[in-house]
Amino acid sequence: MIYQLNADVRNFGKTISQLSDVDIYTCYQCGKCTAGCPIVMEMSHTPNQIMRLIQLGLKEDVLNSLTPWLCAACETCTTRCPKGVDIAKIMDTLRILARKEGYQSKEPNVVNFNDIFLNCIKDKGRLQETHLAMVYNLKTRQFFKDADIGRKLFMKGKISLSSDKIKGTDAMKSIFERSRAFLGKGE
Amino acid sequence: MAYGYYPGCSSHGTAKEYDISTKKVCERLGLKLEEVLALALPFRNLVLAEKQGLDSIMSTCSACYNRLKVAHETLKRAPEILNRISEIVGEPYNKTLKVIHFLDLISKEFGVEKIKESVMKPLTGLKAVSYYGCLLTRPPELVSIDPDAENPTIMEEIIEALGAETPYWSHKTECCGASFALSRTDIVLRLTNEILKAARFADADCIVVACPLCFANLDMRQSQIASKYGVNYSLPVLFISELMGIAMGMGYKELGIDKHIVSAKDLLKGKE
Repeated sequence: MIYQLNADVRNFGKTISQLSDVDIYTCYQCGKCTAGCPIVMEMSHTPNQIMRLIQLGLKEDVLNSLTPWLCAACETCTTRCPKGVDIAKIMDTLRILARKEGYQSKEPNVVNFNDIFLNCIKDKGRLQETHLAMVYNLKTRQFFKDADIGRKLFMKGKISLSSDKIKGTDAMKSIFERSRAFLGKGE
Repeated sequence: MAYGYYPGCSSHGTAKEYDISTKKVCERLGLKLEEVLALALPFRNLVLAEKQGLDSIMSTCSACYNRLKVAHETLKRAPEILNRISEIVGEPYNKTLKVIHFLDLISKEFGVEKIKESVMKPLTGLKAVSYYGCLLTRPPELVSIDPDAENPTIMEEIIEALGAETPYWSHKTECCGASFALSRTDIVLRLTNEILKAARFADADCIVVACPLCFANLDMRQSQIASKYGVNYSLPVLFISELMGIAMGMGYKELGIDKHIVSAKDLLKGKE
């Protein structure tokens, strides 16, 4: 593949280094991150390719890539990197930046899941598994997804429609608001 | 002094038996637990545990442990981040807590040697592989419960103290894809299938876990794996606290093991 580089190649790399507090220029392309990644075969770019694209300042390719959305944050790459680059944190930074700047994820269900997860914590104080699964199925229109498992869990008394009342959910809402104000709009 | 116990999100849902068995085992060992009933916000939980007058906070869930530990260690190292977060949450944190996982509690606070004394029915002949997943050891410099993040053995030491065998195997720290359980279930099925296959290859009778998310994927998805990959493992998955309870002479139902989807009844027959 041939990439067109523009003049201010280093700007994007610098931005990512700053936002993540990780020096992306120390990556020397050994490929160890990619060798250990459990999800690499589903990705559009391998983790080391993402690192190189950032170094080359190819913002569009990076923020349109499927790869950050398929990172499970298992941190095998971060653990094994001989240069101490926190690649998982870079992937997190890329997800935040892509959303802030309005890039459409090619894995909308991953985005939906993340949103529903955070909203559930904001509203209920903690994650309620049944609520999470039901809202997710409704939103993604997969009404019978995992119904087999749901039925078994219900029979075992592990899930129910009522939820724990957690104290302090009001505090939670204001903490969410203050973090949003701090980070700026878009997340 | 009681240990602070943060039960997390799953212990009143899909991992009820982990909560039940943890409490029973701790009671038997004389380890006092005091619940920190808090919101799912690591920083605030650290603050609340401090306010409750506790000097430690113990989680049974790897994800809860990982987030609490990363928050605590980061705040210890970066005062500017501590100031910023204290401002957002509106409360100060004095960094006095010891953040530990259930495995730390058993192995480091209580001691593996003493566990042997509590065993009433040694699990002789049982082959149990331990599965750590991602979050108990990574990133190693901040969270690892074992000095060797690639080949931890803290859980094996406990299993051996209970009298069981624990074969060496390849997948103890491989990822099960937990965060994609709903959004990319296909990935979870593939990764979980690999883990079950490796456990079977190591001739294991069961997989032992110390995390509700690892448990959920490994125990709940076996019938979906059977339809997709054509292999019906029927391999029981047990929480480490359940295995300890059985070795201490507690009952299958008493520990909540009857709530598993893959039954461990035949496996534990005669061992209770």
